[in-house]
Amino acid sequence: MTRHSISPRKLLPLISFSVLLIATFALQERAMSYLGLNLLFNLTIPIALATIGQLLIIMVNDIDLSVGAFVSLVACIVSTLLVQHPWLGWLALAGLVLAYAALGALIHRFDLPAIVVTLGMSFIWGGLALVIMPAPGGTSPEWLRALMTVKPPLAPMAVVAALLIAAAAHLLIMRSGIGTVLRGLGGNSRSVARAGWRLSGLYALTYGLAGVFGVLAGLTLVGLYTSSGASVASSYTLLSIAGVILGGGEFIGGRVSPIGAVLGALTLSLAGSLLAFMHISPDWQIGAQGAVLILVLAARLLFTRREALL
Amino acid sequence: MQSLISRPWLWAWLAAIAVFALSIALSGAAQAGGLLYAALSFGAFAAIVGIGQMLVITLGPGNIDLSIPAVMTLAGTLALKAMDGAPGTALLGLGVALLVGLGAGAANFALIRLLRLPPIIATLAASLLYQSLAIWSNRGLRIKPPAALADFATGRTLGVPNVALIGVLLALVVWWLLERGLWGRWLLATGQNPRAARLAGVPVERVRASAYLSVALLAGLAGYLLASFSGGAALNMGQQYLLLSIAVVVIGGTSIAGGFSNVPGVWGAALFMFLVVSMLNAYGFDAGARMMLTGVIIIAIVVAANARRRRT
Amino acid sequence: MNTPQPVEAVVALRGVHKQFGAVRAIDGIDLALAPGECVGLVGHNGAGKSTLVNLINGTLKPSQGEIDSHVTRGGRGSAIRSVFQELSLCPNLSAAENLRIAHPTLKGLGWRRRAGAEIRTSLDQVFPGHGIDTDARVDTLSIAQRQMIEIAIGFAPRGGQARLVILDEPTSSLDAGIAEQLLAHVERFCAEGGTVVFISHMLGEIFRVASRIVVMQDGRVVAERESAGFDRDSLVDAMGHVAQHAPSGEQRRHAEGSAPAGAASETVIEDAAGLSARRGEIVGLAGLAGHGQAEALAKLYFAGTSGWRAPRKPRMAFVAGDRGRDGVLPLWSILRNLSLSVLPAGARRGAVDRRAEATLGREWQQRIGIRSDDLGNPITSLSGGNQQKVLFARALASSAPIVVMDDPMRGVDVGTKQEVYALIRAEADAGRTFLWYSTETEEVCQCDRVFVFRDGKISAELSGAEISEERILAASFEMQEN
Repeated sequence: MTRHSISPRKLLPLISFSVLLIATFALQERAMSYLGLNLLFNLTIPIALATIGQLLIIMVNDIDLSVGAFVSLVACIVSTLLVQHPWLGWLALAGLVLAYAALGALIHRFDLPAIVVTLGMSFIWGGLALVIMPAPGGTSPEWLRALMTVKPPLAPMAVVAALLIAAAAHLLIMRSGIGTVLRGLGGNSRSVARAGWRLSGLYALTYGLAGVFGVLAGLTLVGLYTSSGASVASSYTLLSIAGVILGGGEFIGGRVSPIGAVLGALTLSLAGSLLAFMHISPDWQIGAQGAVLILVLAARLLFTRREALL
Repeated sequence: MQSLISRPWLWAWLAAIAVFALSIALSGAAQAGGLLYAALSFGAFAAIVGIGQMLVITLGPGNIDLSIPAVMTLAGTLALKAMDGAPGTALLGLGVALLVGLGAGAANFALIRLLRLPPIIATLAASLLYQSLAIWSNRGLRIKPPAALADFATGRTLGVPNVALIGVLLALVVWWLLERGLWGRWLLATGQNPRAARLAGVPVERVRASAYLSVALLAGLAGYLLASFSGGAALNMGQQYLLLSIAVVVIGGTSIAGGFSNVPGVWGAALFMFLVVSMLNAYGFDAGARMMLTGVIIIAIVVAANARRRRT
Repeated sequence: MNTPQPVEAVVALRGVHKQFGAVRAIDGIDLALAPGECVGLVGHNGAGKSTLVNLINGTLKPSQGEIDSHVTRGGRGSAIRSVFQELSLCPNLSAAENLRIAHPTLKGLGWRRRAGAEIRTSLDQVFPGHGIDTDARVDTLSIAQRQMIEIAIGFAPRGGQARLVILDEPTSSLDAGIAEQLLAHVERFCAEGGTVVFISHMLGEIFRVASRIVVMQDGRVVAERESAGFDRDSLVDAMGHVAQHAPSGEQRRHAEGSAPAGAASETVIEDAAGLSARRGEIVGLAGLAGHGQAEALAKLYFAGTSGWRAPRKPRMAFVAGDRGRDGVLPLWSILRNLSLSVLPAGARRGAVDRRAEATLGREWQQRIGIRSDDLGNPITSLSGGNQQKVLFARALASSAPIVVMDDPMRGVDVGTKQEVYALIRAEADAGRTFLWYSTETEEVCQCDRVFVFRDGKISAELSGAEISEERILAASFEMQEN
């Protein structure tokens, strides 16, 4: 038996990303530059972070319909409170992470349907964001703006950040001991409980980590846009779910891939920009994301069938 | 009495009545008629798509239709295009809207069945395509609905808004199907345990397909009515109905775990959701506070429903 | 004849009772497990073995009585390990990662290397030459390999030392050679001072490894002797096995002087695997549990019916044995559960004929004796046996000429069983065909023809006078040693 056999199914996120990237380069050579790459992927950084947050929730067999509203709220706090009263801002962000953790513990302590609770939370986060910021505006903290516009050698910030996010998430979720236990939670929570773990603590940790990634998504978003609004990230909910699935994750059973999810987020944003290079009307930008999603999942089914036959 | 209290639809209606009373207390009895009329009109759209969402949610965990807003927008847009404001084309428009719904429902189910996609991801991916189609066909156009149709959609019969009458009629039909019909038994059995239902001879694939077709048909109809009601199809016209359709199902007492539907509860919840927002408006709360309270209500209802389930 | 009590037992139970609501699962047990012994635990289904195991390993607290132990019991770092019959690994993790979950001290950098080394060492010790990739995700491995990993995790040191390992049907998915490796390891482990509780329905294995055998019945220990004090027959007797056999279909027909079942009638089922049945025949599926009988029946049913059509006259009806998974619709009343399969036949223009439904309910309540004063009560208000009757009524009330039964007598009391047997026989005589998988040999012996399954395939077809417990057992087991 080979030690690390890599099936085409596992490589699918990489393959689909590469295909789209090569197509983009073929259509627009200038995209293959330091500046071009940065433009191409810049705005994907917050989405990739939100996708990792969603991945953590999906990993324990739940789903989070509040990601978009949560990231928007974080962005509102960052672009107002964090600029004016840094200490208060950080405190608020820490509070949000704790709220996420408490939510995870509650959902599992009382066996509530996560999909509905997070639906309700999306109203609460969205409402809070509106209270903080009734109209779009705000500014970015200087240091954040500087961080997001830094120009590292060799590769642009967008690429470096994507690599960093993928590596950090992979280490945390796939390699670390506690990440392994959390994945086990999605695979067979009874067996984890039987081994002596306190489940509500583990769920709180999972949700809390998801909250951390949500906060990071909001921070990077403000650093890039330099302003925000109460619904600035509302599309992230669906994009993050799509990214996780595109990256090879499954809704049930704790089978997820952080690297795949980052690739999935990048693939979705490429699908949009590719159309622009093909001079197709931007009307179809959203549709292209849907089409890529369907095509990749169809391909995955094909590979799964073939593997089942072998 | 015991059986009355245990009816889950009751709570949504009681809540709606309480909120109505609170609003009247503030604004005076003279406003009661107008408020009720508005609640029935706007609640009708939430109720129609909510009933569709309810059928799908009844199928059991993982079943949900995220394409409702996109289907509404697409159906409204294409129907208005087909009618092009010409008189006497209302039925043509209706036909187009229903065909859009039927097509979308069939496509959604095909993705679920043939590509084995989880319904969340299938309807999400499809909705992105529908949305693009709607954007593409809607570009810069602002077609008004035929005058007669607009009058009908905003009009009333015997003092009741026409859209509400349609909503109630649909609710009655679905209620009959679920309570008296064979199809309803099949749907509820499938939602409780699809494997057990299949082994008991229930045609579960047919039930699934019909539920996904129904929700898309209802979304198409709602899009058509909403576009006629509001004098044109806007690209974001369906947006709020994604979360709203799920919210009215949950508040209405339908089980999120599947196998238990509640048609009257959906209507009660739809009225409640509108009345809460207008009451908070009247009391001077801003949009943010209104949203937060909506979220609190949704979570409170899930927790309460869960506590009831645990007791029994 | 008692073994002399060793000075310090690993675990000692004194006067332990355990109640779940009104049910007495454990009804006064005194038991001491000494270092170095292997205790064989036997008993029929429902004798209380699983509850006892969960009391010993600390998962459950006794309602009454005391449990003493001088080793760490329960929680992470427990010296008492349980390996359960149902697979309890996390399928999305590798063997090494699964070890991490049960391991309190695997921390810090390089834990993966250490986890891999520990699980490989343990596997090598228990199953030399196992060939399992410990970094492969468990769901890519075979069921036997998963069971082996689970056993290896049970014996692994995990930052301490395993003092007592409880093995609940550990060999059910292992082939004879691998099972032999396990038995040898159990002997080695006990020789080094470890304790093993070994639960198995394979009495040969019990005699092979157990130094002492404890027999349970109705939550009590009814016999406890050194293995040498039992032989096969006395052990079976102690479990309360009813030696008396119901007459087989063949014998009964012979006595009644009627024609042998369906010899002349047409074949109504024939599948690629070799399963066949004639009209009016009761065909049994036998063999050890989990050897593909249930899968064969489900496959047959799914192939013979459709997920798109629901004809007024269905071709097949199904009686589930795993009620929770395959049969009961828990939110519904008794009546709705009962009538589900018959509804299409009585429906008019898509509406359920509710009067006919109520009549049908009353008729079957009497016929099959469902104990409830109101069929409008929730199905969950019934006892397991009565729920099972509802499922029987659901299938038998339909006009389906073929009835498929997947071990339908689980949790059914003896009286009900006899009633249902008579009902099945009467229906068969009226021309219905039954396919009946049962884990109880006594039931299979009542069939007209029996297919014995082994490793997912039919290993023997017996009919008439050939049907006997010995023949079925012989066909259930692999005879050649490998």
